[in-house]
Amino acid sequence: MSNAVSTTEAPAIERQTGAWVTHAILGIGVILFALPLWIVLMGSTHDAATIGRGEVPLLPGAHALENYRAAWTQGGTGVGVGWMLWNSMVIALSIAIGKIAISIISAYAVVFFRFPGRRLFFWAIFITLMLPVEVRIFPTFKVVSDLGLVNTYAGLIIPVIASATATLLFRQFFLTIPDEFVEAAKMDGAGPLRFFWDVVLPLSRTNMAALFVILFVYGWNQYLWPLLVATSADVETVVIGMVKMIGSESNTEWNIVMATCVLAMLPPVLVVMLMQRWFVKGLTDTEK
Amino acid sequence: MATLDLMDVRKSFGPTQVLHGVDLHVADGEMIVIVGASGCGKSTLLRIVAGLETATSGHVRIEGREVTGLEPADRDIAMVFQNYALYPHMTVAQNMGYGLKIRGLPRDEIARRVAATAELIGIGPLLDRRPRQLSGGQRQRVAMGRAIIREPKLFLFDEPLSNLDAKLRVQMRAEIRRLQKRLGVTSLFVTHDQVEAMTLGDRLVVMHQGHAAQVATPMEIFERPADTYVAGFIGSPSMNFLAGRLAEAGQAVALEAGPVIRFADGPRPGPDGMPLTIGVRPEHIRLDAAGLALALELAEPLGSETVLHGRLPNGEALVVKLTGPGPRDGTLPVALPAEALHVFAADGGRRLDPACD
Repeated sequence: MSNAVSTTEAPAIERQTGAWVTHAILGIGVILFALPLWIVLMGSTHDAATIGRGEVPLLPGAHALENYRAAWTQGGTGVGVGWMLWNSMVIALSIAIGKIAISIISAYAVVFFRFPGRRLFFWAIFITLMLPVEVRIFPTFKVVSDLGLVNTYAGLIIPVIASATATLLFRQFFLTIPDEFVEAAKMDGAGPLRFFWDVVLPLSRTNMAALFVILFVYGWNQYLWPLLVATSADVETVVIGMVKMIGSESNTEWNIVMATCVLAMLPPVLVVMLMQRWFVKGLTDTEK
Repeated sequence: MATLDLMDVRKSFGPTQVLHGVDLHVADGEMIVIVGASGCGKSTLLRIVAGLETATSGHVRIEGREVTGLEPADRDIAMVFQNYALYPHMTVAQNMGYGLKIRGLPRDEIARRVAATAELIGIGPLLDRRPRQLSGGQRQRVAMGRAIIREPKLFLFDEPLSNLDAKLRVQMRAEIRRLQKRLGVTSLFVTHDQVEAMTLGDRLVVMHQGHAAQVATPMEIFERPADTYVAGFIGSPSMNFLAGRLAEAGQAVALEAGPVIRFADGPRPGPDGMPLTIGVRPEHIRLDAAGLALALELAEPLGSETVLHGRLPNGEALVVKLTGPGPRDGTLPVALPAEALHVFAADGGRRLDPACD
């Protein structure tokens, strides 16, 4: 009898402590991620002197408007954040759309066509997964500079526009499309392009949306490649702009940097939020 | 509406030959069912007719026109797939009209034909739905509609009923047959289900290991199977096979199990003592007090009939089907009626018919 009581009580207590530990860990996680964001947000509303003294304000200050206006128009080094955001937007969009376009076509070729060297091409794509930009950065820079593409949008976009990861993702998805769809399309008289356009593309919509979110954020946050190629203010991205603000002078205007930071975060956050439904759908279910 | 001719169609995948030369003539408006166990090459044969596979050698002619080298779209045929292959992102109407759209028909003409076809197969109210919102039977109908709307010369069915539950299958089977008769379109229907085959086909092609073992009407195949494979494949429960030898100058068979039975339909060619396989269907076996003692092992009561599994004194297995309820165990005296015997050569299993003279 007493045994029975203790065995029924023990798990209940365990469950409570278990829940407590879980919540504590989650709480630490939230603080770890949210606190820096909060500090940046608050920092962007104080004047330069407050932050210069080494204070870390946790409450809003009174200088929000002028900080953001300064950042938007002049930035730190004379290039306004508005222009940088535009550059970042053009580059991130081109990279995301370009990567999707190229990888979906490559995956289509690899999955639906039998051509000599098919396996070879597939493995070639697969192996490039292991060669990120950082590994090939010097030869790539040499090529880009020989072509005169330094400080151009093209130079920033084209070298990173192929994506093995996206190709593989599309390949995996295409492999789940039943052969009967292809055969039914053949019976209906649909050629390869028609089939791609009428069947494969519509079925890939959710995957494309999920990839778009990932690739847009990737393109937006790029650091190393733009640092090498975008040296002029004309094509400066917001990430590079921030680095320059911090590195340029000893008396960094931290309030402006933080305002820039907040502005730089907005577009990716917006993209993720607006595409969230599609994003989750694309990662979890396949429309069949 | 057209004829279909297959001439010595062979197919190999690498070193494995799956079709060993199939010949078939299908008359205008005929419904031919290709039936066989899995791996017999029946689907491959259908896919060759469709143009989805290329025959290694041989010819396919539709309405006398050589189509062996043509793309599926140029053969003027339509196919119903096992899993229906309806595009999930298109509505029923778009699915049905897709082939017409590709052929460049004007939009109102497509809409008219979609409406007419939907009316014909009774899916009018479903036209705006997507395939995932349909039941299995409705999807099946849409798949049929997609084939019918093209008004093809030839319908191909690749086991279209095997994804349906038993009741729906019977219903759709009748519906397909009715529709095919009404439209009068030459059809080729692949199935592994012998009941489907018997009920649907004007004629059956029983495939076995890449050969057409027999091509005949359902009743002819049932009554005069060409070999032991066909005999065992068609009919449920399957035909019993007993070993025997030719006796009395070809007039009779001496069964291993004991009795010597005189053939009811005349002597078979061959020397006495030639080994034979005697087939007899379970439903043709009679109870006879003077017959062989069948030691029962298992009884399957099916209500209107009872299937009894047992062994003859010499150890050979025998299945008997009796109308009404039957005994559950013990022994049962059975006799094999001479007029119900099928005689096959033990070597190769070919049917032996009476020598005609």
